[in-house]
Formats: sequence, C-alpha cells, structure tokens
Amino acid sequence: MDELTIGGVTVRSRLITGSGKYRDDRIIGDVLSAAQCDIITVALRRIDFDRPDESILNHIPKGKILLPNTSGARNADEAVRSARLSKAMGCGDWIKIEVINDQKYLLPDNDETIRATEILAGEGFTVLPYMYPDLTAARRMARAGAAAIMPLAAPIGSNRGLLTRDFIAMLIDEIELPVIVDAGIGKPSHAAEAMEMGAAAILLNTAIAASDDPVAMARAFRLAVEAGRLANRAGLAGTSESARASSPLTGFLDS
Amino acid sequence: MAFAEYLSSWKSFDFDRFTEAIDDAAVSRVLRKQTLTEQDFLTLLSEKVDRFLEEIARKAAQRTRLHFGNAVMLFTPMYISNHCENVCPYCSFARHHDIVRGHLSLEEIAEEAQRICSTGMRHILLLTGEAPAMVPVDHLEGVIRLLRNYFSSVAIEIYPLTGDDYRRLIDAGADSLTLYQETYDRQRYERLHRGGPKADYLFRLGAPERAAESGIRTVTVGALYGLSDWRSDAFYTALHARYLQQHYPAVDIALSFPRLRPQAGDFTPRHYITDRQFVRLLVASRLFLPAAGITMSTREAAPFRMSVLPLGVTKMSAGVSTSVGGHGGEGSTPQFEIADNRSVTTIRDDLLAAGFQPVMHDWNRSLTA
Repeated sequence: MDELTIGGVTVRSRLITGSGKYRDDRIIGDVLSAAQCDIITVALRRIDFDRPDESILNHIPKGKILLPNTSGARNADEAVRSARLSKAMGCGDWIKIEVINDQKYLLPDNDETIRATEILAGEGFTVLPYMYPDLTAARRMARAGAAAIMPLAAPIGSNRGLLTRDFIAMLIDEIELPVIVDAGIGKPSHAAEAMEMGAAAILLNTAIAASDDPVAMARAFRLAVEAGRLANRAGLAGTSESARASSPLTGFLDS
Repeated sequence: MAFAEYLSSWKSFDFDRFTEAIDDAAVSRVLRKQTLTEQDFLTLLSEKVDRFLEEIARKAAQRTRLHFGNAVMLFTPMYISNHCENVCPYCSFARHHDIVRGHLSLEEIAEEAQRICSTGMRHILLLTGEAPAMVPVDHLEGVIRLLRNYFSSVAIEIYPLTGDDYRRLIDAGADSLTLYQETYDRQRYERLHRGGPKADYLFRLGAPERAAESGIRTVTVGALYGLSDWRSDAFYTALHARYLQQHYPAVDIALSFPRLRPQAGDFTPRHYITDRQFVRLLVASRLFLPAAGITMSTREAAPFRMSVLPLGVTKMSAGVSTSVGGHGGEGSTPQFEIADNRSVTTIRDDLLAAGFQPVMHDWNRSLTA
C-alpha cells in the first residue's frame, strides 16, 4: 500500500481539503466522501466554541483527522495562542500554522512561522507549517520539529497553478519531510503535475468550493492526485527536446 | 507620506479632461488588465462603461468568489448613545435636532447585548454619537470589555481618536474600525461640519492610519453618498483604501458605500447616486481592490442588497436598529431610517437560498490578547 505518514499517523488519501468558501456547509460531507479525504483543515476563526450546536465541526464526518489552521494570525504568538485554544477546546493536537502579514496577497510570513513551529512542536503538537517555498526556511522548519511542510503553489484562492514549481521541486529533493503543496492549485491537472513531481499530498479548497459542482470537482481532484502519484511511482519516461536519431551518432566507436 | 499629503498630490489632476477622453477602446484596455491603476479605476467609474457593465460584473463576481468564496459575514450595529456635539445637517443625532435622546448604562448595554446575542449574532459593531463628555474613551473601554463577554468580535464606529486612545480600545478587545470621511472634498466637508469636534477635517482623515498604527485588524473606509460629487468621493475612497493597504499590509482594508437615507432635519441630498452608478462603483472597486472586504448596509432595500451580493459584497448587517436601545422595544429616535427590516433568521435563510453561506463567526478570540 502506498500510504502517507505524517507525524506518526498513516493515512491513505493524499488529498486534503479545506472547509471554507462553500455555498452551504451542509455539502461538506458529500464533498469529503467524493474526495475520499482523511484529513480536513478548518479555520479556527470559523469555529464558535461558545455555540457548539452551530459549529462547522458538526458538518465534518467522524473519523476524519482535523487539521485546524491559525488563519487570521499575524505573528507567531497569535498562532501559538490559537493552537493552544484549539487543543484546549478538543480539536486535537494537529495544527496548520498560517501566519499572514499581507492581506492583499495573503503570503505567509516564514520567519514567524518558523518561530511558531518551534514553540508548538516543543509542546507536542503535530505541526504543519504553511510557507513560501524557500529552501532555507523549509530546513529551519524541519529542524524546528515540523511534521510536514506546506509550500504554496500560488497565492491562496488564485487558482493559478504551480507558479513556484522549480522551488517546490527543490524542497521535494532536499527536505525529508512530506511536502504538501498548499494553495493556488486551481485544476486537477495542476494537482496531478505536483504529484508527478513528487509532492507527498495536495491541500486545496477554493478550486472545489468555488466550482459549480463541488462534489464532482472533489472526485476529479481525487482521481488527479491518484494519477499523479501513480505516475511518480512508476517513473516518468522523461522527455526529449529533439527527435532521436535511429542510428546512433556515436555507434562507430563500438564497431 | 501621510494619506492627507498623498491626497493633495492628486489636486492638480484634471478629472474632467481625463473623463472626457475615455472611449470604448480605453475601457477595453482596462478590462484586459489583471491589476488596475488609479486611472483605470477612474475609467471604470465613467458612464462609458455601461455598455460593458455586464462583462465587468461577471469579472467582479469571479474575483470575489476566488478570494472570498461564497461566504458573507453577518454583523449588527449597537447604538449606545445618540448624544452628539456635532452639527451634521444630514444626521438625526446632530445637536440642534430636536429628537428623543438615549444613553445606555452598562446594565442596559448588557441587556441589549443579550437580546442581540439571542438572535445568533456574534459580530457586533459599536456606535455612538460624538459626545466625549458623556461617552468618553474610559467608558468605551468598559463597554468593549463588557461586549466581549457576549460577542466574538467587537468593531467600533465612533468619533475619531488619537493613536493612544485607539490602542486602549484595541487592548480592551476592539478588532475593527469603521470610519467614514463623509466627503473627501475638504471645502464641502468644512461647510457641512461647521461646529463640534468633527469640524477638524484632517483629524478625521488621519484616523484610519492612527488606528492601523495602533494595531487594529480591520479598517473600513467610505464616503457618505449624497453629500458631494459621487465620482470624486468614490475615487478618493479607493485611493484611501489602496494607501492603507500599501502602508499597513497586515491590516484588512474594507470599503462601504453608504447612501444617504431619510433622517430628522431638512437636509436634501445632492449628487444622488443612482442604482446603475452604484453598481458601477461596486464592480469597479472589486476589480481595483480584489482583496478588500465590501460591506452592504441596511441603508439599501432587501431586493437591491440581494441583487448586488455576487458583485463583490463580503459583509452585511442584519437584524438592524439604528436607535439607542432599539433591540429592546421603542428606543430613541433612529440615526436614519433603514430600508431592510429583515430579521437575522430571514437574512440567513435568504442568503442560503441565493447560494451564499451566512458566516456568523469569523473571529478567533485568542487573536486579540
């Protein structure tokens, strides 16, 4: 079985979805079934801990791994406080660190993210930092105790695909942790490409939530992620810029 | 450079000449671009775009959906006092207007908060008239601390403060500021606000920067449409929002386009903005500032609010009363007449039926220490 292990926990699905941006939270269950996800991320700011009856958590089927995120945090301290709140309120000890200091492009602050990773990993959290794909920062996150790293493909919600392709490739080559491509994946073909490159998993939300048929789109992404993963495992045949000469140009050396 | 200074740098810009030169080709050029300049935004405010309005609206809807999804955050205002030292002729609360005044004690505020809370509302917008003797910053600090027991997020729409005072309210738990400049046209502003602390145009203009500097999370700016030329106020509002976005990237910058409503007194709006112009303004703002939140208030009637939802709206007020103590029955004279009387429950149902997710909770207490 080709399973994915994060922080000692093994899952089958390599597709992680979000829970925001839907027309109606009631379809989340159907989307998750179509996507066959094991892990779902939820913004802590959307959870009303004072009113558990109305919580978005009620729409998430039992048995899924909850990956709460610290969306809204502008520095490490706020991310850390959010993570502690999440754990105290019974949302488990997985945390996706999202520290954003730029509301226009929604780009993550790697420095603050490293700091939060260090503190929370030290407290026993399974930390998945959302990051800008910078190799030095990724190494620091790994050293700080991250369970995986989550580089962005393109700005959140942009659906523009693998704009940071070459830099994500470096992370895949150099970092021993699972590299989960997060943000910017707009089409199944983008997801397949990232998986072909060797990404461990894909996290996406807008492309499914904002599509006209989120359930069908969730299925399309599941198939794309599986196809990309299979291709990566099978070994891509590679490409060639020019036609191959049928008689070798250096064949005379052997004759 | 402070915003006031940046704003003055546009003084020499010849708006009429620029607007006259806009033709179909100029509009098409703008529509092909991914990021718009200030001049592009101005182009989109021109009536020349009406031929392209449907196309622009589609783009605006798409941009909104990508950035914000199908979520619309709901909040409600709470008025704690309508005593006011200002003389704004377009506002019922003006000190010379003979109205029923109201002023809530902390106990009454707690009761009002409880009533609002029971409607399911988790985001509150605190409002008061400008009467620092009756509603000083000390009092506001206490009110915010009290409201945090009932609501996840406390926003303020109050008279402009110094940076230090903003910091006190932020420390008490306020996370967002709404402050309308009313009109950016300084001459017109000074003519409308001849008395009271509000006469100080620059103190008001600089308030969003002071709040951002002091650590506020969200700042909503806007002009009150009906006071001055709508196009220039729309343009300056957009400049203001973009300026704040560039100088305070961590702060969420949002916009609102309040249109003047009937109120006590005999003020007649000028340069009334039509529905078509309003839609032009809304979609142009979305394309110019794709990441900005846009609030649609109950100054607009229910059918209009629902129709413009997909074009860029991200926040709506619901279950609104503009009276002091208005959730408990009679209350005082309202600030203005609202045009959408729907309850929170009805608005939630209507949003779901229209394909939008009503978001009651979009704030995490642990973010405000």
